[in-house]
Amino acid sequence: MIYDAAIIGAGVIGSMIARELSMLDIRVCLIEAKDDVASGASRANSGIVHAGYDAKPGSFKAKFNVLGCAMMKQTTDELGVPFENCGSLVVAFNKQDELALAELKRRGDANGVPTQILTGAQAREIDPMLSEKITSALYAKSAGIVCPFSLTIAASENAIANGVKLYLNSEVTDIARKDGVYEIAAGERDISARIIVNAAGLYSDEISKMAGAEQFIIKPRKGEYIVFDKEMKARTNNVIFRAPTKLGKGVLLAPTVYRNMLAGPTAQNIEDKQDKATSPDGLKKVLNSVIEYVPSIERGKAITVFAGLRAKSPTHDFIIGASQSADNFVNVAGIESPGLSSAPAIAQHVKDLLVSLGLSDKKDPSATRKREPIEVFANATLERKKQMIASDKNYANIVCRCEYVTEAEIIESIRRGARTVDGVKFRAAAGTGRCHGGFCMPRVMDILARELSKDYSEIQKSGKGSRVLTGKTKEAL
Amino acid sequence: MKADVAVIGAGPAGLAAAIAAKENGAKRVVVLDREAYKGGILPQCIHNGFGLHIFGEELTGPEYAARYIDMADNAGVTFMMETMVLSIDEHKVITAVGKDVGITTIEAKAIVLAMGCRERSSGALMLPGDRPAGVMSAGTAQRFVNMEGYMPGKDVVILGSGDIGLIMARRMTLEGANVKMVLELMPYSGGLTRNIVQCLDDFDIPLKLSHTVVKMHGKQRLTGVTIAKVDENLNPIESTSEFVSCDTLLLSVGLIPENELAMGLNIQMDSVTGGAVVDSDMQTSMDGVFACGNALQVHDLVDFVTEEASRAGKAAAQYKKIAKLFVNTIAGSGVRYVVPQKLVRDGIDKTLFFRATKVTRGWYTIARCRGKIIASRKRVMCAPGEMENLVIKDADISGGVTVTIEETKT
Repeated sequence: MIYDAAIIGAGVIGSMIARELSMLDIRVCLIEAKDDVASGASRANSGIVHAGYDAKPGSFKAKFNVLGCAMMKQTTDELGVPFENCGSLVVAFNKQDELALAELKRRGDANGVPTQILTGAQAREIDPMLSEKITSALYAKSAGIVCPFSLTIAASENAIANGVKLYLNSEVTDIARKDGVYEIAAGERDISARIIVNAAGLYSDEISKMAGAEQFIIKPRKGEYIVFDKEMKARTNNVIFRAPTKLGKGVLLAPTVYRNMLAGPTAQNIEDKQDKATSPDGLKKVLNSVIEYVPSIERGKAITVFAGLRAKSPTHDFIIGASQSADNFVNVAGIESPGLSSAPAIAQHVKDLLVSLGLSDKKDPSATRKREPIEVFANATLERKKQMIASDKNYANIVCRCEYVTEAEIIESIRRGARTVDGVKFRAAAGTGRCHGGFCMPRVMDILARELSKDYSEIQKSGKGSRVLTGKTKEAL
Repeated sequence: MKADVAVIGAGPAGLAAAIAAKENGAKRVVVLDREAYKGGILPQCIHNGFGLHIFGEELTGPEYAARYIDMADNAGVTFMMETMVLSIDEHKVITAVGKDVGITTIEAKAIVLAMGCRERSSGALMLPGDRPAGVMSAGTAQRFVNMEGYMPGKDVVILGSGDIGLIMARRMTLEGANVKMVLELMPYSGGLTRNIVQCLDDFDIPLKLSHTVVKMHGKQRLTGVTIAKVDENLNPIESTSEFVSCDTLLLSVGLIPENELAMGLNIQMDSVTGGAVVDSDMQTSMDGVFACGNALQVHDLVDFVTEEASRAGKAAAQYKKIAKLFVNTIAGSGVRYVVPQKLVRDGIDKTLFFRATKVTRGWYTIARCRGKIIASRKRVMCAPGEMENLVIKDADISGGVTVTIEETKT
């Protein structure tokens, strides 16, 4: 079979594009190297929907961010993904910072993003936890927070429901073109497609080169994060940024849609595209930075740390467009911040671009933009909880004790494609709480083994080579 | 449903509290627990050493639990297993969910909080490096080995010398793993001396004090850890760092009382113990709500959990809303905390439980009231890992009681 379009990379960009294309009456596949969607930058980033004042006026970043931010509410409603339009504050501590705020405001005006300069006191009024030392702040009401991996998972689920074929564990190693058809060597299979969309994130430079398209270099930029417990009292209502300095945008502090607080990222240019290790210095920098904005942050309330790699663009802007040298090959590369915010708009733009390249724009009448989320027992009303248990006893078995995740939700996450402990965690939130899987991991593994008809010892944390157990007791004696 | 005493948790604390409540006249005593089996964490603690103080025998965890499960059954305690409490309201109405009962409410006259504790995770330590498979808490590993019959790894490094870590060093060795070392950040162990002797020394497993893990390595499965010595401020000394290959890192770096329910009730908490502030009846700041066991303060010995919980169960059975006269206890020099935090002036002698801030040998534990020594003991050794106690006479209490650990008895 020849696909009309093959999308390489099942991150938020690839998945959102797949979803857009799934509305058309064409054959589409989504190819992912890893064992699950959202395995790269979409798994580990700040989860911020930027208002769009920051990007350079006239850039792709500015255009798609402003459009994407405006589309996020409807997109997340359709996909059943948590999103909150919480607003953001860029805080200033001195005159220099205040000049930076004024510049951001000018950019916002140019980009058509309403912002407001507040005094320190006004900022503390809307976010009482903020430091007394803050002298001024730039307030952007339209900014928000979204769960990046949930958005990716939801978009891919929606695309699959509309007929898109997802190939996991299928690293693209070769691309050839014969008689107007691309032959893609992906993992253990060969995939044929008329059009390729390159949304391979950190690896999009390699994919572009493989296809004989534009040559550019994507470098990873590491960002380290700290997640704080829901019970930490030092919470903010808004996303808090530091006024940008010569050293960059700095560390942010944000509430998450799960009621935790998230601090990060650092910005370290590295070479190794797989190096997601956190460091003592990086974590210290994150902690010290956010304590400057909110002095009551408690180190002891950290529940986990992680690092993500952004795909740093050599042009400082998104690389989006049809290749000049390879026919029917579209790059969607260098999607660094504000890529998540821009994703809905980029997806629509890419669809239009593909249609202009000759892709049929005939609608698939059976396609839907709606995707039902896994219903969260913990968030349901008491009445609804009773109904849920009446319909499925497994709702009465709470497996993850910190987040009150039930067996029914875990089974549903497996039905929707979770194959590993992390797969369950990213779909059903089991193991995301303060004990971070200490209690529930053995139980989640038990359910995975049962539902997938596997032996307990075969269960992996996050894909190939990550088995949790090494065998039975006394085997090595 | 209605209950005279509702107990949250069927571990050693909950069992003892329920039995004591029954013995002291409570008619309907209901114990709720999330697990299918009773005994809390004891069923996975298959090593011996439980019950020395109470029974004068070295029982295994399951044996110790079985004795109290039998006593509770004989006393007519009602158990609701596989039932998790979602919330407790200010009228002491418990909302719980369970496979057998669906969502149910229990109106209790008195409630005993006995939820136990959980282990601190690698994330809470902000342990740097990769996040591969093969890193887990010692208690999770204990469950895999003792309850499921599976090995979490072959070459093991243990960070933290808490008792569960020490016990798991021995267990993993006996089950065929190579336990390379136990690292302890502090210059002293957090575990019991007997566990260091029986679990490490007897198996030639080195205990590296003032050492920590500075980096975890491995993209998918752990391939090793970088360890380093730490200076007196607990900062790693870079020149001492070395790579230790291993496929497993077990963490035994502290236990945290489980108090989501107490916090939901806005009960006054002690920021040092992580548990509720209680009086000598084990009553919290909320009338009719009592706390005991590891949810109140992390214990080293189950025997003390049982004793503490019995006091809580008895007080819960006898609970009446009355005005009490209190004095406070104060953690003085050399003492990290004292439980109970308040003493009721009721004519009954009191036992104070407390922990040392550092290791001392031949020093005294002393309780003073208005500057006067009202109780003291010379101790061969005091260590943060071993809970201390002093008994004071109610008649000697004339104001706040300060507990200290001092070199000389002045």
